[in-house]
Amino acid sequence: MAGVSPKISGDTRKHGTRIFIIWLVASIIGSSLIYFVLGPHLPPGTMTNQARGQQFDIKVLSTVATPVLLFVWIYMGYATITWRLKKGESWADGDGMYLKGNRKVQGWWYFITSATVLSLAVFGTYELIAPAGAGGGEGPSPIWKPASHHMLQVQVIAQQWRFTYRFPQYGGMETTSLELPNNTQIQFNVTSLDVIHDFWAYQLGVKADANPDVNNVAYAKPDQLGRFTVRCDELCGVWHGAMYNYGTVVTPSQFNTWATNLEKQNAAVTKLLPKYATTYTPSYTGAGGGYYPPGDPNGNL
Amino acid sequence: MAAVLVSFAIGISLILFGIFGYLRSRPPTVAATPSSTHPGSVNLVLQTDGAVGVGPHPNWVGYWAQDAAGKWKQTTLLQVPAHTKVNVTVYEYDSGGALRNPLWGKIQGTTGGTVNINGKTVSLVNPNKGNGIAHTFAVPSLGIVVPFYGVSGKEKNFCTTGPCNLSEAHVTTKFSFTTGNTGTFRWQCFIPCGLGYLMGNGGPMTTVGYMAGFLKVVNA
Amino acid sequence: MAIDMSAPTGVGRPGDSPANGTSRGKGFRLNALTALIAGAIGYLFGHWAGNAIASGYQQVQGSGQNDIAVILGYLFGTVGWFAGLGALNYPIKKIFGCEPAGDEPSYEKGVGKYFRFTLDHKVVGVQYLFGMLTYFFVAGLLALAIRTELLSPTNHIFSPDIYLEVVSEHGTLMMMMMTSVVMGPFGNYLIPLMIGAKRVAFPRLEAASFWFTPASFVILLSALWMGGFQSGWTGYAPLSIQQGVGQDSYIMAFALMGFSMICASTNMIATIINYRAPGMRWSRLPILVWSLMATAFMMVLAVPVLIDGLYVMALDRTAQTSLLYGAHGGSPFLWENLFWFFGHPEVYLLAVPGFGIVSELAPVFCRKPLFGYKTSAAGMIGVSVLSFFVWQHHLFQSGMNPDMRPMFMLTTELISIPTGFLYLVGMGTLWKARIKFDVPMLFVAGLFFNFLFGGLSGVYLSDVPADVTIHGSFFVMAHFHYTIMGALIFAVFGAIYYWTPLITGIQLSSKLGKIHFWTMFITFNSTFLPLFAIGLLGQPRRVFEYAHRLQTLNDWVSISAYLLGLSLTFFVVTFVWQLAVVRKPSPKNPWHSRGLEWQGAMPPLPHNFDTIPVIQSGPYEYGDPNAIPMVEWGTNGDVTAPASVGGAS
Repeated sequence: MAGVSPKISGDTRKHGTRIFIIWLVASIIGSSLIYFVLGPHLPPGTMTNQARGQQFDIKVLSTVATPVLLFVWIYMGYATITWRLKKGESWADGDGMYLKGNRKVQGWWYFITSATVLSLAVFGTYELIAPAGAGGGEGPSPIWKPASHHMLQVQVIAQQWRFTYRFPQYGGMETTSLELPNNTQIQFNVTSLDVIHDFWAYQLGVKADANPDVNNVAYAKPDQLGRFTVRCDELCGVWHGAMYNYGTVVTPSQFNTWATNLEKQNAAVTKLLPKYATTYTPSYTGAGGGYYPPGDPNGNL
Repeated sequence: MAAVLVSFAIGISLILFGIFGYLRSRPPTVAATPSSTHPGSVNLVLQTDGAVGVGPHPNWVGYWAQDAAGKWKQTTLLQVPAHTKVNVTVYEYDSGGALRNPLWGKIQGTTGGTVNINGKTVSLVNPNKGNGIAHTFAVPSLGIVVPFYGVSGKEKNFCTTGPCNLSEAHVTTKFSFTTGNTGTFRWQCFIPCGLGYLMGNGGPMTTVGYMAGFLKVVNA
Repeated sequence: MAIDMSAPTGVGRPGDSPANGTSRGKGFRLNALTALIAGAIGYLFGHWAGNAIASGYQQVQGSGQNDIAVILGYLFGTVGWFAGLGALNYPIKKIFGCEPAGDEPSYEKGVGKYFRFTLDHKVVGVQYLFGMLTYFFVAGLLALAIRTELLSPTNHIFSPDIYLEVVSEHGTLMMMMMTSVVMGPFGNYLIPLMIGAKRVAFPRLEAASFWFTPASFVILLSALWMGGFQSGWTGYAPLSIQQGVGQDSYIMAFALMGFSMICASTNMIATIINYRAPGMRWSRLPILVWSLMATAFMMVLAVPVLIDGLYVMALDRTAQTSLLYGAHGGSPFLWENLFWFFGHPEVYLLAVPGFGIVSELAPVFCRKPLFGYKTSAAGMIGVSVLSFFVWQHHLFQSGMNPDMRPMFMLTTELISIPTGFLYLVGMGTLWKARIKFDVPMLFVAGLFFNFLFGGLSGVYLSDVPADVTIHGSFFVMAHFHYTIMGALIFAVFGAIYYWTPLITGIQLSSKLGKIHFWTMFITFNSTFLPLFAIGLLGQPRRVFEYAHRLQTLNDWVSISAYLLGLSLTFFVVTFVWQLAVVRKPSPKNPWHSRGLEWQGAMPPLPHNFDTIPVIQSGPYEYGDPNAIPMVEWGTNGDVTAPASVGGAS
């Protein structure tokens, strides 16, 4: 039996200290770069307080992930350089160190990973609750709400394959375009007339699935003027990729003018719409009927 | 052995070529024809049929387009020139029903915001009146929404085989719109007209060549 | 000790006649071709029956498509397939009171056995290996079709309907087939050799588990000829209920693959528990065996839920039961929960075998014991257990009540603790090692590099606020390709290079292997790393149109994907060429492994071991000058020098 190679057993260099120092220096530089240089440019931007919160989360997670990534890279790189078989060497002169574990190292590993993970969970929970659900859809009865009582209600109606928007505070008028007032708390009520879609207003930091028969509420408060993109983010059939439109955040007075004008223009068609409700039970048959047998309550409209 | 492997590889390649060729197959593209009466504009003539018993899916509703030679093609791939007025004539042969979202009863994106239905100019159609809406022609990126009234179910000479012809019961809708820059824009029908599919949005609604298509705006 | 008590059954029954097989006699033998014919007959019968039953149904008359005929066709087609293989002879004989032949394999020569229903676990392993590679490359070609479409944001190679069908086929094929990419080939082939057994516990279940897969594969692909399905591999209702008959292929194919997983994992659990050689204690089990044990338990517990969900979906599509949509009180949330209750454990049952392979290979090439053996096994078990408590992180914005979100955020982040054990074990094993970068070790290193991205990006997705931005985007896509392709598939290639000499007796070229590794490693990262950015910049999954500003990144990804495809083609060509044409014989135990599977004959004897191996020590005792060989052979054994001697050949 060969036992441990003299190259290993005779090695007295302090590898652990070296790796630690390289890692510490690299981590301080790397994490600072991520937090201060890349951080302010991370998606989804700062158009609403929700988007700002998400950007902060992504920034913090990246700052925490960087030392982890660097630790593994530096360790593995160091190990590869130091402990690989050099040219002309073979296992004939012996094996690696006979080491089956190290209580201290393992204990510290368990402790550090658990502490990191638990802190991240606490951090994420705080960041979820503080900005009222962080822009995610909270279902029909939200539990994390903004303090403001006056909110602009915007209903997002997803249908195969287009979003329309309904404004109950403006006579229940419905439009295909979306403008929002700046510095105003907005409550999105997202629902669907058919399959599951997802309302993703990227720059607003809002994402909520549109389910038939369900009102999915999400909050956002824009504080910058500008254009934002709306995309469908849940596979909804053939035109899923084409189901997008653009919206604009304008000043409250511009918004008011826009909305009151549209309310007038659309008055005739608004009369044809069903009364405003949080959900509209979809017709499960086609317009021509035919999915259910005759006599079925869902069969004939 | 080497020869066997090489011929095996060639065989596989041929099969793959065939499969991807099959997956790439699509209906023909029909281009709008220059108008003889209104120089500078083009004409697009379409018809929408009920279950007319042609093609691989005889039970599906679908669009047809008339090419320059006056021949009807079962397709939804349409081509029009950029920055040009397009005069569209649609012969609608299908019966109608309700609109899932009555918002699509409002005519949008056409010249003057109106359409001409059987000679009458309207800007809003009420899906709950008359024979209901059969299909719509909607190009979301260009803001165009045009609904078509359905044919009464009591009509005697209902079209049964596509392409339908003008001697059969139909509704004629005429409208125009002006194209902008070049691009490929999806268009679709917003009536859930896939009979026998949940919510009516399967089958023809999800298949290019029936109720889903592209409007290609190209340089003239 | 309870473990050793099980030994007598663990080595087969010497009294059984070794000549017994599934179907005897020199004459006509049932095989894949007869199975195909019988399957076709079954399909036609089922289709006819479905038409007879349902052609008058209103939805059938409206759409012109008959889901009941298609589902019955596949159902009877599968029965015909198994009847044509002869798989049903044994149970039918039993039912009618005849005494069928025993369950000892026939150990025949030639290639014909690979096309038959066989009870030889090594034949099943090889069947699986080539089956899985075929499925992987077909699904990979579909991925290239996807990347071709995404070359341009607005010009389209495929129609959007065809594009979604291709996306759905790629996703479903990969996700359902790759669940068995380790357990199928390596589990079935190696587990008995690694635990010192002559056979597996349930050879018929094992053989059936393989023969489900070609049926599933053909059924899934057949969807393309029936209008496909556009609902993705997740099949969210009501979209999946709305689809045409292609969706029925999804239901049947995924369900058959589910049965395959249940059969395979049941056999795996029973074999590992009951068929270990004397002295093969739990603490001496090769770590790959632990990982497959954990995986098998996950499969047995998670897959039935998927089959249940698929059954509900089939009912909704055929009998309009409306359980997955609202018309009669159902809910789309039901499917989302059922699906992800299976779907998330599934992600880990893809990952854990990969962990097992690298932990198995690292000690061999580091010439060191595995660092933290118990931690490693505990990590895999921990991941498996926690995987059942995280599924709602797929549904953070779904519109369900939000009160459970902090809990699911916590469980999801907790799972990174046992997952991190992989790195503790891997890095500990590297400490003061004698690392030899042979081709398998390169793939091990590749996994550690890739999985780091996969794992860390998972933490972003578990964080609810960050997930609002990245949920459903290309970020998710990059994340799971890093964990599945970057980890599992790299591990599989490492395993192929490592065990091919054992399985075939053929040596693979180290030079070609290194070319394959480096091209694959670079193109893989070049393909998937930019996808994180594309997702963060706002591109949702499964779209055929995207923002113009993202075209450069998408084109970069597409070109890298083609190069990745070339690298994989290079593997196929060189691998097949070396196996079929070059056929350079391998030296015995080329990696000087202590592992039990390398100590016997190479390729292994038909019945694995001539005598009962008695296990004396663990498989990773490298570096211990006093280590005793792992196995002591009984009399008449194929005794070989223990591999612990460094540089023995």
